[in-house]
Amino acid sequence: MSSRCYDLIVIGAGIIGTSCADAAAAEGLRVAIVEPGPIGGGSTAAAMGHLVAMDDDPAELALTRYSLHEWELFASLPEAEFSRCGTLWVARNEAEARVIPARIARLGAAKVEAHAIDTQNLYELEPALAPGLYGGLLVPREAVVYPPRMALYLAQRAQSNGATLYAGRSASKLGHAAGTDQVLLDDGTQLSGPTLVATGCALPTLLPQLPMRARKGHLLITERYPGVLHHQLLELGYADSAHGDADSSVAFNVQPRPTGQILIGSSREFSATDSAVSPAMVRRMLERAFDFMPSLRQLQALRTWTGFRPTTPDGRPYLGAVPGQNKLWVAAGHEGLGVTTALGSARLMLDLLLGRTPAIDPAPYAPSRVIA
Amino acid sequence: MSVLYVNGQRVEVPAGASVAAAIAQVTADFRRSVSGESRAPLCGMGICFECRVSIDGVAHRRSCMTPAEDGMQVQTDSGRLDRHAP
Amino acid sequence: MTLRFDVLIVGAGPAGLAAAQAAASHGARVGLLDAQARLGGQVWRHDVRHPAPGAARDAINALKQVTFLGQHQVIAAEPQRLLVETPQGAEHLSYATLILATGARELLLPFPGWTLPGVTGAGGLQALVKQAWPIAGKRVVVAGTGPLLLAAAATLRKHGAHLLGIVEQAPQSAVHAFARQLLHWPARAVQAVGLRARLAGVPYRFGSIVRHAYGEQQLGAIEIEDAHGKQRLDCDHLALGYGLLPNTELAQLLGCALDYGTPEQASAHPHVIVDRLLRTSVADVYAAGEACGIGGLAAARIEGAIAGHAAAGAEAAASALLPRRAKERRFASLLAKHFALDPRLHQLATPQTIICRCEDVTLSALDGFTDARAAKLATRCGMGACQGRICGSALAELGRFPRSGSRPPLFPARLSSLVQATPSLSDEISRSST
Repeated sequence: MSSRCYDLIVIGAGIIGTSCADAAAAEGLRVAIVEPGPIGGGSTAAAMGHLVAMDDDPAELALTRYSLHEWELFASLPEAEFSRCGTLWVARNEAEARVIPARIARLGAAKVEAHAIDTQNLYELEPALAPGLYGGLLVPREAVVYPPRMALYLAQRAQSNGATLYAGRSASKLGHAAGTDQVLLDDGTQLSGPTLVATGCALPTLLPQLPMRARKGHLLITERYPGVLHHQLLELGYADSAHGDADSSVAFNVQPRPTGQILIGSSREFSATDSAVSPAMVRRMLERAFDFMPSLRQLQALRTWTGFRPTTPDGRPYLGAVPGQNKLWVAAGHEGLGVTTALGSARLMLDLLLGRTPAIDPAPYAPSRVIA
Repeated sequence: MSVLYVNGQRVEVPAGASVAAAIAQVTADFRRSVSGESRAPLCGMGICFECRVSIDGVAHRRSCMTPAEDGMQVQTDSGRLDRHAP
Repeated sequence: MTLRFDVLIVGAGPAGLAAAQAAASHGARVGLLDAQARLGGQVWRHDVRHPAPGAARDAINALKQVTFLGQHQVIAAEPQRLLVETPQGAEHLSYATLILATGARELLLPFPGWTLPGVTGAGGLQALVKQAWPIAGKRVVVAGTGPLLLAAAATLRKHGAHLLGIVEQAPQSAVHAFARQLLHWPARAVQAVGLRARLAGVPYRFGSIVRHAYGEQQLGAIEIEDAHGKQRLDCDHLALGYGLLPNTELAQLLGCALDYGTPEQASAHPHVIVDRLLRTSVADVYAAGEACGIGGLAAARIEGAIAGHAAAGAEAAASALLPRRAKERRFASLLAKHFALDPRLHQLATPQTIICRCEDVTLSALDGFTDARAAKLATRCGMGACQGRICGSALAELGRFPRSGSRPPLFPARLSSLVQATPSLSDEISRSST
C-alpha cells in the first residue's frame, strides 16, 4: 500500500498540535493532522485558558513572553474569546507580600508590566474579596481565552492553508526508530514524512522513553454573574501549589469569563488516574476559594469537570528532536501552561524543523535532557 | 393566600401557588436569554430553567419550583432592565 | 447532617409513593424525597384549586412511617449516599438500598417560534396551572400526541381555559385503532370516555401538526398543517406534548447500565436496565416506573410496589406482582405503536431555529458535528443551566447525536452545597495527609 507524503505529520490536535500545524501550514508546508477525538478535546478542553506569566523559571518565562506576544495577534478574534481581565495575585499578609518586589523585577526584565497593589487598592479592584487581606500584585495586560474553540480555529485555518485532517484516527505505529519516516494509522492508512508528536498526556503511548505524568485537576463553572469578579485572581502562594511536589494540593484561582460566568480552580493531584470528579477534591478547592471570596458560596455551580496536565520531571515541555530517531519531533509536556505557551512553542518548533535559529534559546526544552 | 412582590408590584396568589404563577400575573417576560430574547416557563417542572428569576436577591432561581411565600421580592430580567432604564 | 435510611426513594410520584408504602409495610426505615414541595410527582401534582383524584389521595394517605423530604434536589452521588440540596442548605442521605423513581419529562421538539413565552409543554402547562398559573379565559391550543393531551386539556379547561382545539399528530385511523384496543383495558376505556365527556365541544383534529409559532414578545398565533393545507390560528398559549422520555441522569451518575436500544432499532432516549425484581446493574440500586422506559401510571404503581418490596427484602411479595407488571407494560407498547411520531416533526426546525435555549445556539451552528462533546466545546450547545436536558434530548430525537453523560452537580447547585455537607471519613484521611 502506498503512503501519502507530507512535509509534516502532526499527531494530536490539542492547542499544541493545532498551533504547530497552523504555523507549518502558514509556511507552505504540506501538513497532516491526526486526531482520534474532538479537536482540542483533551487537556485543552479542560484548561482554564489563562494567559499568564509564571516567573519562577527563567526558561519558562522566556517562552511565555515570546508566546504572549503571538497571542496578541488573536486579541480581536471572536473564536479566541480573548478578554484582557488582567491577573491579580493576592497576598493574605505582609509575609506573603514580601515576594512582590522581586516578582515585579523578574516580570519587568521580561517586559511584562506589573504593579504592587496596596490594601485599599486591592478592595477597589475586587470588592468581593474577603476582609483582612493585605494587598497584591497586578499584571494588567494578561488575558483569558477559550482554548478548545481556539484549537478548532487553528486546525481549520491550517486546513484552509492546505493541511489534511485525519479525524477519528490515531497513530498506532511510528517507523522513525527503524530509520523510516512512516506513520501507520489505526485504520491502516500509511503516512510518511517528518513527524511531530503533540499528544500531551498520551505521549508515553508513542514515546515511552520520554517520562510524562498526568497531573489531575478539577474546575468548576458558575451561572452568569456579571460584575461580581473583574480580574483573574490567584493567591500568591499559587506557585507553591503549582510547582510543589505534594501529591495533592489546592489553590485559590478564579477567573471571570466574558459570559459573566466564574471559573473556579484549582487542584493538583499526581496519584489520581481516573477522570471522575472527586467530591472531596471539589470541596477542598471550594473551601480555599471561599476563604478568599466568601460571597462565592451563594452562587450557582453549573458544572464541574476534571482534566490532566501533561507533566515532565522538570516541569518544562519537550520541544525538539527526539534523540536517536529519524525525523521525529516532539512538542508536549507543558503542564498547566500549554495554552499560554502554545503559540511560542509552535514558532520555536518550526524554526527547529526548518533549520532556522529560534528567537529564544531552545536548549532548556531539548528532549535529550531526559534521555541518558 | 400569599402576598408577594413582582418587580415591585403587589401580587396575591392562593396558598400553594408557585412563584411562576405570581409572575405570570404581572409579565410574560421571565428571563432574557443570552442573545436578549424574552423567555418564560417551558417545561413547568424544573427541567428547562427558562423560568429563572431573582427571588429575595438570589439570582437564577427556578420560579416554577419555588412555592410563593408572603413578602417575597421577585425580580425578572425585564423588571431589572426597566428599573435601570434612563 | 447525615440521615440514614434502609430504603431511600428518589421521586414521590406514583412509583415512588407505591415503593415507599411497600417498603414501609415490612418495617423498613423509608425516606422519600422529591424536588417538588408536595407529594404526587407530575401526574398527581397537587392542585391548589381542585381535589386530587381518588387514587392519588389513597396513595398519599396510605403512607405510614415514611419520612417525606420535599424540596430535596439530588445534586451528587457517592457510594451508599446522595448529596441533596434543600432551600435551607445541603445534606447527605445515606441508604442501604436506593430506589430510583425519577419519572419522565416531556419530549420538547424545536420548531420556529418555540422559544416564545406562551409556548410550553402540555404536561408543563398542566403543572403550572395546578399551581395557580392564570389561565382562565386564555385561548389555548393543546398539540402533540397521545392520550396525555386529553388529560392536560381537561385540567386546563377545569381551570377556565378557553380551549381552541386539540391537535393530534397521529392519523385518525391510528387513534381509532388505539381506541378499539382499549376494550381490553376496561378501566382505561372508562377513563377515556370520561375525558372525552369533559372535553365536549373542543375540536379534536387528527393528522395535524403545529409548524410555527408567531409573536413579538410573546405567542400570538400558530400555524397548523394538516392534509388540507396550512391554517393560522390566534392563541395565547400553545401546550405541546410529543410524548415522554425517562429521567435517567441520576441512574447514569450512579453508574447504572442504560438501554439505548439495538443497532437495528436504536432509541434516542435511554432507559435504566433492570432485572425482574427491578434491580439495576449497580448493587443495592433499584429503578421503577418511567425511568425503566415509558410505561404509564399503572405500570409505575406496580413497579414501585415491586421495587419497594424487593428493596425491603420481601422477594415473595415482589414476585407476586410480576404478572400485573407484564400486563401494564403491554399497554405502554400499544401507546408507542399507535402514537409514533410523524417524521415531519423532525424537520420543523430551520437552520435559524434556536436549539440550545440556555446558550442560544441555532441548528445551523451544529452542522457538521457528530458528537455532543465536540459540538459543546465549539458552540456551547448544552453548556447551560439545563445541562442539555432540553437541547440534548431534542438533538438525539432529531438523529443528530446522543446526549453526553452526567456529571455532578446533577442540577445547578449553590457552591456552598458542594462543601456544606459533612465530610466523610475518606475525606478526613485525605485532608490529614496534606
